[in-house]
Amino acid sequence: MYNKGLIVSGLVIFVLLVTFPIWFNGLDAGPLPKPELPPNGTKECVAPAAEMRDRHMQLLNEWRDDVIRNSSREKIVVAGVEYGKGLQLACMQCHSNKEKFCDSCHDYAAVQPTCWECHITPDEAAKKEAQ
Amino acid sequence: MIEKTLKGKPAYWIWLGILASLIAIGWACYFRQYSFGLGLTGMSRDVSWGLYISQFTFLVGVAAGGLMLVLPYYIHDYKAFGRITILGEFLAISALVMCLMFIMADLGQPLRGLNVLFYPTPHSMLFWDMCVLWGYLLLNLLCGWVILTAERKQVPPPKWIYPFIYISLPFAVSIHTVTAMLYCGLPGRHFWLSAIVAPRFLASAFAAGPSLILIACMVMKKFANFDAGKEAIQKLTTIIMYAVIINTFFFLLEFFVGYYSEVPGHMHSLEYLFFGLEHHGEVYNNLVPFMWAATLLNFGGLGILAYMKIAKVFDYRLVGTAAVMIFLALWSDKGLGFVFAGFVPNPLEQVTEYYPTMNEIGITIGVWATGFLLLTLLYKIALGVEEEVEH
Amino acid sequence: MMDNKRRKFLKMAGATVLAGISAPAIVKLSSNPAVAAGDGGHEAPAAAHAATDTHDEEQSSGVRLGMVIDMRKFYQNQGMLDEAIAACIKAHNVPQIPDPKSEIKWIWKAGFGNVFPEHSQKLRSEKVKDNQFPALCNHCDNPSCVKACPTKATFVVEKNGIVAMDFHRCIGCRFCMAACPYGARSFNWQDPRPFIKEYNVNFPTRGRGVVEKCNFCGERLALGLEPACVEVCKGTGAMVFGDLNDPHSEIRKVLDQEFTIQRKPAAGTKPSVFYIV
Repeated sequence: MYNKGLIVSGLVIFVLLVTFPIWFNGLDAGPLPKPELPPNGTKECVAPAAEMRDRHMQLLNEWRDDVIRNSSREKIVVAGVEYGKGLQLACMQCHSNKEKFCDSCHDYAAVQPTCWECHITPDEAAKKEAQ
Repeated sequence: MIEKTLKGKPAYWIWLGILASLIAIGWACYFRQYSFGLGLTGMSRDVSWGLYISQFTFLVGVAAGGLMLVLPYYIHDYKAFGRITILGEFLAISALVMCLMFIMADLGQPLRGLNVLFYPTPHSMLFWDMCVLWGYLLLNLLCGWVILTAERKQVPPPKWIYPFIYISLPFAVSIHTVTAMLYCGLPGRHFWLSAIVAPRFLASAFAAGPSLILIACMVMKKFANFDAGKEAIQKLTTIIMYAVIINTFFFLLEFFVGYYSEVPGHMHSLEYLFFGLEHHGEVYNNLVPFMWAATLLNFGGLGILAYMKIAKVFDYRLVGTAAVMIFLALWSDKGLGFVFAGFVPNPLEQVTEYYPTMNEIGITIGVWATGFLLLTLLYKIALGVEEEVEH
Repeated sequence: MMDNKRRKFLKMAGATVLAGISAPAIVKLSSNPAVAAGDGGHEAPAAAHAATDTHDEEQSSGVRLGMVIDMRKFYQNQGMLDEAIAACIKAHNVPQIPDPKSEIKWIWKAGFGNVFPEHSQKLRSEKVKDNQFPALCNHCDNPSCVKACPTKATFVVEKNGIVAMDFHRCIGCRFCMAACPYGARSFNWQDPRPFIKEYNVNFPTRGRGVVEKCNFCGERLALGLEPACVEVCKGTGAMVFGDLNDPHSEIRKVLDQEFTIQRKPAAGTKPSVFYIV
């Protein structure tokens, strides 16, 4: 192999660069986030926690398409309470603590969903009220 | 072949340096726009498209104009265009890259741009425009590169490339036709709602594209020892001349329809462009100087070309002057007037004038600079290959 | 294809014969195809429709929500129009941006000459000259904005004919704004939130870079409510809302009785908003 030294050291540098986030954090993914449960004490969600954890984003997309595209806005009933399909109409009725619920995991996973560019959190609404 | 771009005289590097700094300014301006929103432009609720879309429209024409070089060479076997056909193809590539950049600069949600592919919508002319623009870009990349590679190896181009060349000819027409259809199919905009928009676009394209190539030939003659050949230049001026005459004729027809029928909607925009539109005691006329300048440049350029034909003189300075004049005239007409005037007056017959902001102009210049940088590099490659073959 | 045509022809012929027999009804039949066909299924109105109006056959079946704006009620009470507009602004978190270049408007006031530029402006009655008219999205039966949109971000809701927007999908190309003959669409040139006075927490705001417009209160209709502006005018008959395709609806009764005009009918978009001037 020609330029053995060059190629091998180049490869090593490349691997080090690519794995930077892993070794820079000392092979530790940091403390797992502990999202705060709904402040209003609700225990039951529209789906089991495990399922919500895995696919709440798909569910939100499905709701979005149902409501906007298919005009199917039938209510969802959980433990006797009716909710409209939607982030503000359902989720945030209980998870009114976006900063302590949504953000805790999203920050940890370094994802930046754009939901709240348009959808209003109770916190935002309160701030507006205060103005 | 890319290595050809790495060697050049100081003037070449200075030119690239200037373009690179303009591009940097463009990106800085775009960053500002990206973080604030399109509110940093002069566009408004009433004039909802501005410089970006008007430049896009004009540059689609420049890209389509390459057809006037490719067609005579490949269909009519017009040998004099042998040296410059590749220039037409490379111009199309640069112009199309600018077009796509202008579209991106104009989107309110650029990150969602791919929605056009995720939710393809055949009843939208924008969807078709995307198809033909990308198609024409890829065709030109393919044909340009394969032909240039063959030239370098001094072998005839491979047979399989010819179908692509022939397909690219109607594609050139289609890009500008579909771009015209973005405008001429909208029921509420009288100025655009005209069947002659597409023919007018094509006529002006077949003048603007070759004019830019003529200008490039003059520059390369001075700085790069490139001679396109007198015959080719003369033929190009003839093509430009007829295209300008046809374009002018089409434009005058619009005037006739508006001012003879006296249907208000058909007169408003023309009035705004050339005489200023009076509305509630105020006169709106910010495009009037551009349109009259365009008129003078148009007829001036035409006059020079006609003089050269009639007096049978040939002078590179005259050719260059005429090309610059005609290019500027067509730019004012299509790259400014056509798009902006379509929004005046608005659907509620109120008048809002459009003045681009500095930030917007910065982005626009940045995109043009990117196009010229790409064009310079591509022409450098083309010339490098020709030189190599000659020696 | 052929069969279909023949069937339509036969139906048309049938309708014509029927019209000939019941002479007193002729006028009504030919001017009102949906009535002519009664409510006997979906195909019949389409076929009868073809006899008078060859442009639309497909779209006119099913529910088509529309509105009649009775200006006579607003002439007496222009304040009510302001209230209706305010209700819309509140219901939909519409920002109030002072710069007219960046304004967001769902329903707004404008002069007769602006709302109806293609009607003659000279020698108009005082009422018309002195009063402001509401302008809003026409929720056209043949919307040019929907045709223009390259992502189907704006589309016709099949169930009720509303021209809706999906703000999640809009790429902000503003082709719809160029296409709309009524200037009904607004673009978010910047973040609208600082310009919203109070939030309706049951409705989102918009982000910058998307187009928005009146949605005929699709979200309120789902709750069994009337559109916010219509609700303000309740009891006055200034704004009548309902199904244009239902011959027994209140709106159709108004349309049968009164002479109404639409904005720019020549544009061929078939507006669903009618005005009594």
